[in-house]
Amino acid sequence: MEKVFYTLHDFMIYSEGITYLLMGGILVFLLLFWLFLTDSDKKKRTF
Amino acid sequence: MGISRRKFLGWMGAALGASTLTGNKIYAASNKQFKGYPDSFGVLHDTTRCIGCRKCEKACNKTNSLPTPSKSFDDLSILDLNRRTDEKAFTVVNRFTPKSDKPAVFVKKQCNHCLEPACASACFVKALKKDKTGAVVYDASLCVGCRYCMIACSFNIPAYEYNNPTSPKVVKCTMCKPKIDKGELPGCVVSCPVEAITFGKRKELIKIAWKRINKYPGHYKEYLYGEHEMGGTNWLYLSKYDFSKIGMSEDLGTTSAPALTSQALGAVPIIVSLWPVLLTGIYAISKQKDILADKELKTAVENTKTALTDEMNDKLSVQKEKMTQEKKSAINFEIKKALEQAKKETEETKEKKQRKNIKDKNIEVIDKS
Amino acid sequence: MALEKSRVNRPLFTPFNIVAGIILIVGLFLTVSRFWGGLGTVTNLDNNNPWGIWIGFDLLCGVALAAGGYVTSAACYIFGLKRFHSAVRPAILTAFLGYALVVFALNFDVGRPWRLPYPLFFSQGTSSLLFEVGLCVFLYLNVLFIEYSPAALEWLGYKKIRNFVVKLTLVLTIFGVVLSTLHQSSLGALFLIAPSKLHPLWYSSYLPVFFFVSSIFAGMSMVIFEGSLAHRFLHHKMDKTHLDESLGVALGFGKAASFVMMGYIATKFIGIASDNNWHYLATGWGLWFLLELIGFVAVPAFLYAVAVRDKNIKLVRIASILAVLGIVLNRLNVSVIAFNWHLPSSARYFPSWKEIGISLFIVTIGIIAYRFIATKMPILHEHPDYKNDH
Ligand code: SF4
Ligand code: SF4
Repeated sequence: MEKVFYTLHDFMIYSEGITYLLMGGILVFLLLFWLFLTDSDKKKRTF
Repeated sequence: MGISRRKFLGWMGAALGASTLTGNKIYAASNKQFKGYPDSFGVLHDTTRCIGCRKCEKACNKTNSLPTPSKSFDDLSILDLNRRTDEKAFTVVNRFTPKSDKPAVFVKKQCNHCLEPACASACFVKALKKDKTGAVVYDASLCVGCRYCMIACSFNIPAYEYNNPTSPKVVKCTMCKPKIDKGELPGCVVSCPVEAITFGKRKELIKIAWKRINKYPGHYKEYLYGEHEMGGTNWLYLSKYDFSKIGMSEDLGTTSAPALTSQALGAVPIIVSLWPVLLTGIYAISKQKDILADKELKTAVENTKTALTDEMNDKLSVQKEKMTQEKKSAINFEIKKALEQAKKETEETKEKKQRKNIKDKNIEVIDKS
Repeated sequence: MALEKSRVNRPLFTPFNIVAGIILIVGLFLTVSRFWGGLGTVTNLDNNNPWGIWIGFDLLCGVALAAGGYVTSAACYIFGLKRFHSAVRPAILTAFLGYALVVFALNFDVGRPWRLPYPLFFSQGTSSLLFEVGLCVFLYLNVLFIEYSPAALEWLGYKKIRNFVVKLTLVLTIFGVVLSTLHQSSLGALFLIAPSKLHPLWYSSYLPVFFFVSSIFAGMSMVIFEGSLAHRFLHHKMDKTHLDESLGVALGFGKAASFVMMGYIATKFIGIASDNNWHYLATGWGLWFLLELIGFVAVPAFLYAVAVRDKNIKLVRIASILAVLGIVLNRLNVSVIAFNWHLPSSARYFPSWKEIGISLFIVTIGIIAYRFIATKMPILHEHPDYKNDH
């Protein structure tokens, strides 16, 4: 990491910022993955 | 309490060697990683030197072009009101008498410019920031006016312009950052006639303070207020008496504000990642149960259906048999009856015949004779 | 019967309309003076007490009592308790109105309300728990709006959009529970930053847990309480399913709330033990703390239990009122009453009548909006076109 943090506060602003972005991604990913996971079930059901 | 928890989590983090535990943030926060801006400035306030002249208050008022107060700065009776900072005064001096037979003590109050400012940690628009000079500065162009910073500050420093309807601001001491940037000293520091407030690099000030404490053992409490309070502050205080006796909280602890909240904040992404999994799992299970229950219901219905028809069939065949039996017996009976009747009839006719024969014979006999 | 007739004729000057009208008019005047003269003209807030009942009641209680939305929809759609289905719509509606009013109330409380979108879109102070709360409340308000919308769409007759929205139910419910968990707990975590200001009996590193767990039974109690109000005043709007299920809903939620409350009490004592604060219990603050915990949590929990065992609907309702009051007391304790406990009584905060007036104003708007929507839209009954459609 190139960025130098002098205070925990600055560090948290930075790391939490990334975490919040990650969280958005995680939610979308989980939803899509669940759909992927259960896709075959549905196909079976429709046959 | 705070320390022990922090230590405990620290050990846990070290023991697990993982950096994903939320507690580890606190560990990371311990003096190893974040020491604050290395060359930040601070002020040392030696309360044993302060004479309560209010010259610093006056200088502050002028430097920050604050409104002139109704009572002049020469009025020293105000010192006893135990005032706090407000929107018209960024610094105030109060008088305390910890021991009634000893001379009074004067204490200057203003923003302590925390190393890890609670106000900045609390602000949800980054309107408050720790500057590399050590000053905690405020940007009114971002402030929403939620006043969470005022809730957060353990020293009760920030004030709010409650009577300003259109552009209310949070106000507090700026450590005269504009002046420091120009290489000048803060207004209050320049004005003090007795050097009760000393400006310098925080590192140096700590050394100076401890030198004084060690040099005059009876004159000072062996404690440098602000060295560790709430993670440390850039303003430091020396006193002859217990700090609680001169209006300063001694129960603040040494955990910095961001460390206090990091645990709760650390739980957020974990919930976001795991709750959907857990909840979907519960949903799937309950749904599975529904499906199973449905299936069971269906098979149960089927089963009862077949059972019913079987039973019916059984009953029917029994009935049939019964009926045929009955029929048979009835027929038999009829036949028997008929046979018997026939028998009877034939017998009767026989008898009749016989009788007739006898009659005839008799007639013949009579005729012959 | 008499009540029902009067509603059919709709005379203007019912007692409800008169009281509501007065509150609204006074509220409007107070609103003008708030924005004309600033916070100082209507509130008793000062530099030591920056948060009053507009945060303690409008925000904290508002959010806690609107928890019925996520609790009910989770029970029905995630845990598969279909017998709560008829309770979902009224609960979602209350939650939606509750959150909408919370945001509305914030416009009164913050200094520059037109900057409320700043933390979301302009300058994110990610280190702040208030940022987390703001983000979640914003997102959840949207979720609630979508969750509520089928009722409005059925009313307006937009079948296609309605059917599409209904398909999203599960995803929205899960997202709603995640967001609710986060911001309900974060509202408690707001106070973690000020250990020296909040009385030790209330301050605990478990504050977020306390707030989250209490929001669960707050939501359930509110569903029961509100159900009893609706039964009294909107009985004619309920269909047979709703009426048939309502007893089961009240008893089911009463049962669940009772047990959750016991768990909550346990965690509260764990909180005291982990900070070794037992000695505070013997002080005046301790009595106040015990009053809150015993009188307004343990007692209603016990009443719930008795009521559920005896299938006593009246007692369930009484318990729900107590439990709701207990939540209000708890939130006010944390944010106002036990906050700044160190300060001398002369420096303590007490709300001005104008602050109370604005709070009443906002609650009244909520009740009127609920009544309007519940009488017009399929909330307490199913829309005839969409029967057996779940
Ligand atoms: S003393 Fe208060 S206002 Fe000053 S930096 Fe620290 S937390 Fe902020
Ligand atoms: S009042 Fe202003 S400076 Fe203080 S926390 Fe809120 S937005 Fe930040």
